[in-house]
Amino acid sequence: MADSNLLTLVTFFPLIAALVLVVFLRGEDEAANLNAKRLALLATSATFLLSIPLLTGFDPGDPGFQFVEQGAWIGGLEYRMGVDGISLPFVLLTTFFFPLTIYASWGVTHRVKEYMAAFMVLETLILGVFTSLDMILFYLFFEGGLIPMFLIIGIWGGKERIYAAFKFFLYTLLGSLLMLVAMVYMYYDAGTTDMAQLLRHSFSAEPMEMLGYTIPGGVQTLLWLAFFASFAVKMPMWPVHTWLPDAHVQAPTAGSVILAAILLKMGGYGFLRFSLPMFPVASEIMVGFVFFVSVVAIIYTSLVALTQEDIKKLIAYSSVAHMGFVTLGIFAANQQGVDGAMFQMISHGFISGALFLCVGVVYDRMHTREIAAYGGLANRMPIYATVMMLFTMANVGLPGTSGFVGEFLTMMGAFQVSSLAVFGAATGVILSAAYALWLYRRVVFGDLIKQSLAAIKDMNARETVVIAPLVVATILFGVYPSLALDLFAVSVEALVDGVETAREAALADGLLQLAAEMATEGN
Amino acid sequence: MGTDYVTVLPEIIMACGAMVLLMFGAYGGGDRRRHLITSLSSGLMIGIGLWIATQGSGATSAFGGAFVTDAYARFAKVLILLSSGAMLALGEDYLERRGILRFEYPILILLGTLGMMIMVSAGDLISLYIGLELQSLALYVVAAFNRDSLRSTEAGLKYFVLGALSSGLLLYGASLVYGYTGSTNLTLIAGVIKTEGVSLGLTFGLVFLCAAMAFKISAAPFHMWTPDVYEGSPTPVTAFFATAPKVAAGALFARVLFDGFGAATSDWQQVLVFVAAASMFLGAIAAIGQTNLKRLMAYSSIGHMGFALVGLAAGTEQGAQALMLYLTIYVVMNIGVFAFLFAMERDGTPVVQIADLSGLAREKPAQALALAVLMLSLAGLPPLVGFFAKFFAFKAAVDAGLAPLALAGAIASVIGAYYYLNIVRVMYLSEQERPLEMRSTVLGQTAIAVSAVVMAAGWLPFVGGFGLPEATLGAAQALIK
Repeated sequence: MADSNLLTLVTFFPLIAALVLVVFLRGEDEAANLNAKRLALLATSATFLLSIPLLTGFDPGDPGFQFVEQGAWIGGLEYRMGVDGISLPFVLLTTFFFPLTIYASWGVTHRVKEYMAAFMVLETLILGVFTSLDMILFYLFFEGGLIPMFLIIGIWGGKERIYAAFKFFLYTLLGSLLMLVAMVYMYYDAGTTDMAQLLRHSFSAEPMEMLGYTIPGGVQTLLWLAFFASFAVKMPMWPVHTWLPDAHVQAPTAGSVILAAILLKMGGYGFLRFSLPMFPVASEIMVGFVFFVSVVAIIYTSLVALTQEDIKKLIAYSSVAHMGFVTLGIFAANQQGVDGAMFQMISHGFISGALFLCVGVVYDRMHTREIAAYGGLANRMPIYATVMMLFTMANVGLPGTSGFVGEFLTMMGAFQVSSLAVFGAATGVILSAAYALWLYRRVVFGDLIKQSLAAIKDMNARETVVIAPLVVATILFGVYPSLALDLFAVSVEALVDGVETAREAALADGLLQLAAEMATEGN
Repeated sequence: MGTDYVTVLPEIIMACGAMVLLMFGAYGGGDRRRHLITSLSSGLMIGIGLWIATQGSGATSAFGGAFVTDAYARFAKVLILLSSGAMLALGEDYLERRGILRFEYPILILLGTLGMMIMVSAGDLISLYIGLELQSLALYVVAAFNRDSLRSTEAGLKYFVLGALSSGLLLYGASLVYGYTGSTNLTLIAGVIKTEGVSLGLTFGLVFLCAAMAFKISAAPFHMWTPDVYEGSPTPVTAFFATAPKVAAGALFARVLFDGFGAATSDWQQVLVFVAAASMFLGAIAAIGQTNLKRLMAYSSIGHMGFALVGLAAGTEQGAQALMLYLTIYVVMNIGVFAFLFAMERDGTPVVQIADLSGLAREKPAQALALAVLMLSLAGLPPLVGFFAKFFAFKAAVDAGLAPLALAGAIASVIGAYYYLNIVRVMYLSEQERPLEMRSTVLGQTAIAVSAVVMAAGWLPFVGGFGLPEATLGAAQALIK
C-alpha cells in the first residue's frame, strides 16, 4: 500500500527538511538566509499538501483509528500511529498553520537558519502528538515539543525572554513528569502502551485508602489527577496559566501564533484522548471541580484582560478564558459539549492565531505593544482595521463567525450538567465583548493624533496573504460549521457513548453514589 | 584447572600487557615513549573489549566460583573496556598540552581497568575485594597525577583517605557476612540465606557492604568525596572517574545483591530506595548553584547514579536491565560531554566555568548543538535517549511496587532539568564577552559528534536503540538466572 506510511511521512517530513537545512545550508549572509526561509516555506507547504490525502482518504463515518501503522520500536515498546476524527482536525490545523507562520516570519534577521530549523522540528513534534497511538510515543512528542519552543522563546523573544522561557519550560515539565509516572503505572496495570487498547481497558474505580483518607474513584482518580496536572498546565487552566502571558509576550510573533493556535490544543486533545475516555468515572467525580476552575478562568481572566496595557497580554488572557469553554465542553461529556469543545479549539486556533498576527503587523512597524501607543489606526490602515474588526468580533463570539458556534455548543452541552456554570460562562462572554471591543476602540478608532503613527503603512501583500486564509476559515466555519462538525461527530459520539457506558456500569456497582455520599459528607 | 585459565584469559592478557608496557617504559625509553604506550594501552583495552563482545553467551566460573564469566559480566566488561580505552585516547592531547602526560598514566589506567574487570566477575567476597583495591589504588594515584598542582594532590589524598575508609567498611561487612554464613562465596551465601534466613548480624554485614559500594558508586549519603575529587583531578582523570569505575561499581553492586543476597531482597531494598532517592535529590539540588563544569558533572553523576539505583532497588530482572541500560547510556553521554570539556580553552589555558560557554552557539554552532543535545539528554528529555534510561528505571520501579520512588525520581528530574537547561541557555541565549577557543582533536570532535548523534537518533524506530535493550536484557537474565 502506497499510503500506508502516510502518517509517518507527514510527521517526519519537516524534521528531515530541518536536517537538510542544518547540514547542507552554509553561510550567514543574505542569500543563505533567504534560502533558509524558502526551504522552510517549501517544506512546510509540502507537508500541508502531503496531509491533504489524510482528509480525502478519511472516512468520517468510522469512529476507529485510520491510517494505522504499527511496528517494533525499542525495548519491547511499539511504534503505532493513526488518526481518528478527534485527532485529524488537529493534524490538519498544524500543517495548515506552519507555512503561514513561516511566511509571517519573513522579516526575521537574527539567526534565520536556526529559527527555521527550530520551527520545522517543532512541527514534527506537534504532529507526532496528534498522530501517535502509543502512549510512550505520545509522551515523547508531547515533551519533546518543549525543547524547540524553549529555544524559540529564549533566542528570538523580547526583553524578558529568558525568564519566560524557563517559566514555560519548568511549568510544563513538572506537569508532564507526573503524567509519565501515571503512564508507567497504566502500562503496569493494563500490560500495554497501545492507546487503542487502553481506551478499552477499564481502570479500577474502587475507592481506596491512602494516608487515612478515602479517595473516591481510587486508582482512576489518581491517574486522572496526574494527567490533569500535565494537560491543565498545557491548556492552560486557571490557576496554572501564569506561564502563558509571559511566554506570549516574549515570544516572537510566529511563536505566539503556534503557541496559541496549536500548542494549547495539545491540552484539550489530551483531555479528550486520555482523561475523559480512559478515566470516565474519575471525570464524573471531578466534574464539579473542573467546572469550577473553568468558570473562574472565564470570568477572572476576562477581568484581568480588561486591565492589560499590552496587546499581546490581553489576547493571551483572552485565550485562557476561551480555553475555559473548552474544558467546560469536554467534561460535560455529552455530544454537544464535546463537539463544541472540538469546534471551539479549532476556531480558537484560527482566531487567536490571526489576532497575534494582527499584533505582529503593528509591532513590526512601531516596535511596541503598548495599547496606549496606538489610536486612530483606521485612518491610515483601512484593510488592517477591517481584518482586526473581523477577528475581534469572532473573538467575542459574534454569530456568523466560527467563535460563536464553539461557545454556543459548549454552553449548551454544559447546561445539561450545570446551569450555574453556564450562567458564569455567559457572564464571561459579556466581559469578553467588553475587553475586545474596548481594545479595538483604543487601537483602531479615534483620531490619529500620535505623531509616531503619522507615517504608518497599511498591511503589505505578504501580510495580507498570510491573514487571508484565516479570514476565509473564520467566516466559512462560522456560517457552515458542519464542514468541521461532520469530520469528528462520529468519533465524538463513540467517545461519549463509551464514557456513558462506563459510568452506567460504575453507577450499577454503586461507585458513583459512594463518591457522591462522600462529597456531601465532606461538605 | 587448565580451563580456569582459559576463563580468565582476557584478564591475564590485560595484566601481562600492563607489565610488559611498564617494563618497556621503565627500561626502553621512559617518557619519550609516552605516546606509543598510551596508544598501545588504549588499543589493548579496545581490542580485548571487542574480543569479549564476540564471545558466546555461556556462563563459566573459575577458581572454585571465585571468578564468574557470564553474559552479565561480559556486558559490563565490554562497556568498561571500551569506555576506558576511549577516555584514555581522548584525554591524551589534553595531558600532553599541560605537560603532565607520563608513561605511567596509561599503565595505571590499564591496571585500574583490570581491577574493574575482576570486580564485575567476582563470585566471592575475596576476589571482589582484590578487584576493588586494584582499581582503587590505581585511581588514587591518577587523581593526584598532576603532582605540581595543589588541588590535584589534595584530590588524590582526599580520595585515598575516604576510599580507605570505605574499603574498611567493606572488609568489616564482609567479615560479618563470613561470620554469620561461614562462607565468602556469593552462591554459598545465597544458599545459607535461603535455608536459614537473614540473621541480625548478617543484616549488619549487608548494610556495611551496601555503604561501601554506595561510596564507590558515589551515591548519597556517601558522595562527599566526589565534587572535590572531580574538580581537583586533571580533566581526563575526572572523565575516567565519571565513566568506567561507575559501571564497575554499579555492576558489582548488582552482582553482590542479586547473587549473594537475592533471597533477602526486602532487607536491602529499603536501603537502596533511600540511597537512590537521596542521590537523585542531592544531585539535582546541589548542582544548581555550581559555576564550575567539573563540579557540576560531579553532582550530575551523583544524581544519575541515583536514577540507576532506582532500577537496582526494584530488585527484579527488569530492574537489573534498567540499571545496565542506564549505565551504558550514561557512559556514552559522558564520553561526549568530557570530550567537549577537554577542548575548552582560552589563551592556551583550560577553562571549566559555565560562564565560559556564553555565546558559544554563535562561534561554534555545531559543537554547541552537540553539547546542547547531550545536556538535554542528561536531563532526560524526550525524545533523546537519556529519557529512555529514566523511563526504563521508573518502569522497573513501578512494576516492583515502588511507585513513590518513581514519583520522587520524576520530581528530581524536573529540578535537575534546570541546571542542564541553564547550560543550554548560556550557550544560546547569552552574549559572549570573549570567544572561547575550542582546541579539539579530530578524535575529540568525532567523539562529541557520535555521542550527540546517538542520543538524538537512538529512539528512531528503524534504529531500534542499537540493540541495547536486547543486550541488557540478556545480561540481566544471566544475572538473575
